[in-house]
Amino acid sequence: MTILKVDSVSAGYVPESNILHDLSLELNEGEIVSVIGPNGAGKSTLLKTIFGLLKPKSGKIQLKNEVISGLKPFRIAQKGVSYVPQVNNVFPSLTIQENLEMGAFIRSDDYSDTMEEVYTLFPVLKERKNQKAGQLSGGQRQMVAMGRALMLKPEVLLLDEPSAGLAPIFVSSIFDKIKEINATGVSIIIVEQNAKEALKMSHRGYVLAMGQNVLDDKSDALLANEEVGRLYLGG
Amino acid sequence: MIELIVYGIVLGSIIALGAIGLTMVYRIVGFANFAHGEFMTGGAYVALFVVTILLPWIGFPDSRFVPLSFGWRMVIAFPIAMAVVAILAIALDKILYKKLRAKKSGPVILAMASLGASFIIRMTILIIWGSDYIFYRPGLMRPALDLPLSVKIRPDQIFIFCAAIFLVILLHLFLKRTKMGKAMRATADNTDLALVTGIDTERIIAWTWAIGGGLAAAGGVLYGIDVQLHPGMGWNFLIPIFAATILGSIGNIYGALIGGFVIGIAQQVSTAFLAPTYKLAVAFMIMILILLIRPQGIFGKE
Amino acid sequence: MEFSGISSYVVSLAIMAGIYAVFCLGLNIQWGYTGLFNIGIAGFFCIGAYTSAMITTPMPSGIYAQYVHQIFGLNLPFVFGLMGAAIVCGVVALLIGIPTLRLGEDYLAIATLGIAETIRLIFNNEQWLANGPRGLMDMPQPFHSVVSPQNYNYIYLIITVIAMVIIYFAIEKAIRSPWGRVLRAIREDEGSASMSGKDVFNFKMQSLIFGSMVMGIGGALYAHYTKAISPSVFTPLYGTFIIWVMLMAGGSGNNKGAILGAYVIWGIWVGTKFVTDFLPYTLQSRAPYIRFLIIGILLEVILIYRPQGLLGEEKKISKLLD
Repeated sequence: MTILKVDSVSAGYVPESNILHDLSLELNEGEIVSVIGPNGAGKSTLLKTIFGLLKPKSGKIQLKNEVISGLKPFRIAQKGVSYVPQVNNVFPSLTIQENLEMGAFIRSDDYSDTMEEVYTLFPVLKERKNQKAGQLSGGQRQMVAMGRALMLKPEVLLLDEPSAGLAPIFVSSIFDKIKEINATGVSIIIVEQNAKEALKMSHRGYVLAMGQNVLDDKSDALLANEEVGRLYLGG
Repeated sequence: MIELIVYGIVLGSIIALGAIGLTMVYRIVGFANFAHGEFMTGGAYVALFVVTILLPWIGFPDSRFVPLSFGWRMVIAFPIAMAVVAILAIALDKILYKKLRAKKSGPVILAMASLGASFIIRMTILIIWGSDYIFYRPGLMRPALDLPLSVKIRPDQIFIFCAAIFLVILLHLFLKRTKMGKAMRATADNTDLALVTGIDTERIIAWTWAIGGGLAAAGGVLYGIDVQLHPGMGWNFLIPIFAATILGSIGNIYGALIGGFVIGIAQQVSTAFLAPTYKLAVAFMIMILILLIRPQGIFGKE
Repeated sequence: MEFSGISSYVVSLAIMAGIYAVFCLGLNIQWGYTGLFNIGIAGFFCIGAYTSAMITTPMPSGIYAQYVHQIFGLNLPFVFGLMGAAIVCGVVALLIGIPTLRLGEDYLAIATLGIAETIRLIFNNEQWLANGPRGLMDMPQPFHSVVSPQNYNYIYLIITVIAMVIIYFAIEKAIRSPWGRVLRAIREDEGSASMSGKDVFNFKMQSLIFGSMVMGIGGALYAHYTKAISPSVFTPLYGTFIIWVMLMAGGSGNNKGAILGAYVIWGIWVGTKFVTDFLPYTLQSRAPYIRFLIIGILLEVILIYRPQGLLGEEKKISKLLD
């Protein structure tokens, strides 16, 4: 069943020029979908548009059967979508614990169970829960950012280049965590430079170029596709 | 000299109340609020209205906590003044700054609008109360206590320091313990991420104005208790509170607190060498000095 | 008789508006073309007025020396007063620019505000400098003996207009030069000006100094018009705020707008006096506050509903480069 549907969306930061052109994407329940493509293809812009940070100029975005395009980010968050930006994705002067609490800001129920789940997923965060997030390493920050996003118990998680700037040893562990998160029933859209690794763990993939759909298929098929391999997977 | 330092701490606690709000607005709302001094004046005059008109009118008895110069009327007026200015600050945001933000006006335009707001507030006070110097309780002898080290200090001044510290502790607990306080710190850290996290930043902005306005009002009332009321009093605090804000690094509440004390002490100690009217210039010179040596302030990075 | 009363009133209004127009032109260089947020115009106003006063008056002698103190009195002609005012204001601008122009825009604002207040305090407190709170009087007026004293304002109006027009053309020429193009590039986006930080700093500094010199001339024109100045004149209200409202009303980035704004706002300012004259007697003493309240609200209305002002920004294209 489709949980999130991007339907012929065009969007951009300035009135005259668009970055996304008539772009469409579907995310099914329980799936990981990778969005790959060269720099400037509009991958990050797509996530920002889904999350309401950018208003589509045409087309619409639906969460289950409800149109969410045009809503403010905090409304979209309330409806069960979490977003992890690529950079500046923690509150540096807040402690880890406080960062996670902020993730639950719009929840009015008791969220201590969710926090325990996040700590179980990222035990290292629990050890350092009173440390300021600004003092953490890149990999740990990424964990804080994901943990913060999970505090909402989202149905859909949007990840913008979670492996960017991480040492290779952390990359695989972050990808493992993403699979674990997915296993708990969260549907995930992941935007990645590290296209091969991303496709390996996802169910389906979308290839973008110049803000347009180029190709979409099962991940295995994309990995096997010679042209995709040559153009986007670096060999 | 020790006496001047003590007076400086008293003045500094008033400056700090202004500077803390200014620094919060600066960081979270994102512009230099030139109407912040007028929030102080506004608070002082709202308290004046409550103490001299409203409470006598409803027949609330006059009292005085000897040896302090005020009584229950002021105790009631104080939070009312803070609340009224907090509401005024939020209202200004809704009818003025929010419209400018929606138009994507830059911080300089917002600062200019706040300069206009400062004149509007001051003129309103001048229209209602005129330009005279006013006391909360005129004609009262205010004897000073003799403390060790030949320091003379009025009981009111001890109260002022304690009240300011009490408010700062309240603010500290609010920011560290409450959900809204943490969300404010988060927004100050990274507004974009706060938005992504689902924090309604417009609500945070309203809280920021309320706290900034309330603290400034408290500073104004305390200054009125210490010295006297005058429509220009807040304007004269503007340079010192900006100096304290910059000294303590913009956005840093504890920096603003320390900056307030430094500026207050420097201003009072300078009266040993300079005419007291130059206090403002002393605050200004310190500010220029910081801008030359360490523009990011004592707690700033880089 | 009635007619000459009205016309002399109009002339005095036109002179003051013209002097304010000079300030608006100076501010337009800084704000309109470079984006410098100077809210200490009153300081340059004050320094310009006092400098010109002391350049053109003699050192008090005899019995006057007991009552009037001033640090110097050169007894030079009016034109030297204008030039001196411009130069001293330029130097002050240089000093204030050094610590602030490398930092964010609001630092300049706070610093100029501080310098304006400090300058007023100094002139108020230092008796030896320029007679303290009582200020200076009897500044000479050029071509004073040509007409009878009651008609002199016509002459001064001409002088003001000539000064205004010369400054207008000087700024127009500068703004249309490559130098002016760089200024606007800085205002739009410092990064894309494709210059080093040092260059940006230098251009901002030149603009700050140029604008402040023009303001100094405005201060001098004022001093010789009223023939009496004291520190209480150069308040943030009359010396800074109203000039900002004028420029924003006329259209920042537009020299014609700067002049138009000065005349329109000064007209409104004077016009509100007729309105407040109808107020009950008890409110009469508060009338100036009501009038300033109106001006303050006017600024907010302009910022929200017509930020480009009456005329809006004029497109300036350098004939040399385009």
